[in-house]
Amino acid sequence: MSQKVLLNSKEVNIILHRLACQLIENHDNFEETVLVGIQPRGKFLANRLATLLREEYKIKNIQLGHLDITFFRDDFRRGAKPLEANTTEIDFIVEDKNVVFIDDVLYTGRSIRSALTAIQSFGRPKNIELLTLVDRRFSRHLPIQPTYKGRQVDAIDEQRVKVNWIENAGEDVVYLVDK
Amino acid sequence: MSELSVDHLLGIKYLNKRDIDLIFETADQFKEVINRPIKKVPSLRDITIANLFFENSTRTKLSFELAEKRLSADVINFSASQSSVKKGETLVDTVKNILSMKVDMLVMRHPNPGAGVFLSKHVDARIINAGDGAHEHPTQALLDSYSIRERLGEVKGKNVVIVGDILHSRVALSNIYALQLQGANVKVCGPRTLIPKYIEALDVQVETNLKKALQWCDVANMLRVQNERMDITYFPSTREYTQQFGINKDLLESLNKEIVIMHPGPINRGVEITSDVADSKQAIILDQVENGVAIRMAVIYLLASKIKQ
Repeated sequence: MSQKVLLNSKEVNIILHRLACQLIENHDNFEETVLVGIQPRGKFLANRLATLLREEYKIKNIQLGHLDITFFRDDFRRGAKPLEANTTEIDFIVEDKNVVFIDDVLYTGRSIRSALTAIQSFGRPKNIELLTLVDRRFSRHLPIQPTYKGRQVDAIDEQRVKVNWIENAGEDVVYLVDK
Repeated sequence: MSELSVDHLLGIKYLNKRDIDLIFETADQFKEVINRPIKKVPSLRDITIANLFFENSTRTKLSFELAEKRLSADVINFSASQSSVKKGETLVDTVKNILSMKVDMLVMRHPNPGAGVFLSKHVDARIINAGDGAHEHPTQALLDSYSIRERLGEVKGKNVVIVGDILHSRVALSNIYALQLQGANVKVCGPRTLIPKYIEALDVQVETNLKKALQWCDVANMLRVQNERMDITYFPSTREYTQQFGINKDLLESLNKEIVIMHPGPINRGVEITSDVADSKQAIILDQVENGVAIRMAVIYLLASKIKQ
């Protein structure tokens, strides 16, 4: 198994700042906006962006939640592995809010499809945007595209994009791994 | 691996500790789901479940049906009183007929102990035992333990006394297995005539003095006297039963600690428990009912995930 570095720690940091600035550009003071990390892996990116917006860019009203999509997935009973549920932590209603979904890698788009259904349990959002750190081009199964993207990569199905964070692996780095 | 070790839920006896942990972790997520504005998930939209009730039930049937609907399963209901069972059809024939309508899972309550185990050997469907005679009622025991875990943090090391008609109770046996698997200490308390012989073989202590039992425990699970299952007289009068084994405010206040009161329902107010206790903060009876839906969703979801396409 070989792997190559797609983004190193410095590049990840620059991208995070850029994404934060793009969010500010569109959402101003975030009064009508909620950030929603897609469990399990979008949680790290969502937490990081929320911290950045609060601490570096002094935005006070960041509402952050985490959405688990397990029970909304379309591959229940279809894969070899059982689906493991994670926690949903959304203590607000998304009715009439601007929702920003945050996930680390956008691949087939099926997770986001599930998230679009799952979020409806919390109300009818005004609109939904998608922010992703890595966008794997030409691999979509559904017509879903990111609103904000960190880096676009071309990868074949036999490869995997692995995102490590300080919080779960000790350093911020993104690899392209040959399976 | 996050998968149950069993293909059916026939009794707690067939589960291991890891299974119970997995059911509880999954139920945590479903409890969050059923408290959302929209309480439904689409996971089981291509699964059909038949609820077969050969014996009367109100809350268990409602709870299962709600759990199934919250998971988006298709549900059909069957009750023995309005069926061909009365015309002499056997259990296996009845069930095979239902399964030929492409049903994937059965939830069954039956008056005969072992009915679920018997059925699992003859038909090809996932089976959940919703009570078989005086044998087991696994989902009740799971929701009881889950409610203890919710209230007290964990089940391990807790002292639990089951009070009342142990002899005719499927809730008691399933609870004993479930609590012991999780490392709780279990006592039973009731009139000698309503405690099965050789129950000590299950590593359960018997206490016939209610006050002593309550003094010892962290949780008291109060059971109903099952008059409908009694063929002979087991105690002199209901009044005497209440005096010796009924729980009331004075008795609770005479203890030097606060214990948790549970009851699987239906309650006979004024017999095994007085209204002021049943409605007090110490009682988690309605939490048990709420948790019942989450636990049943978890069990159904985990068993359904083993049905391959």
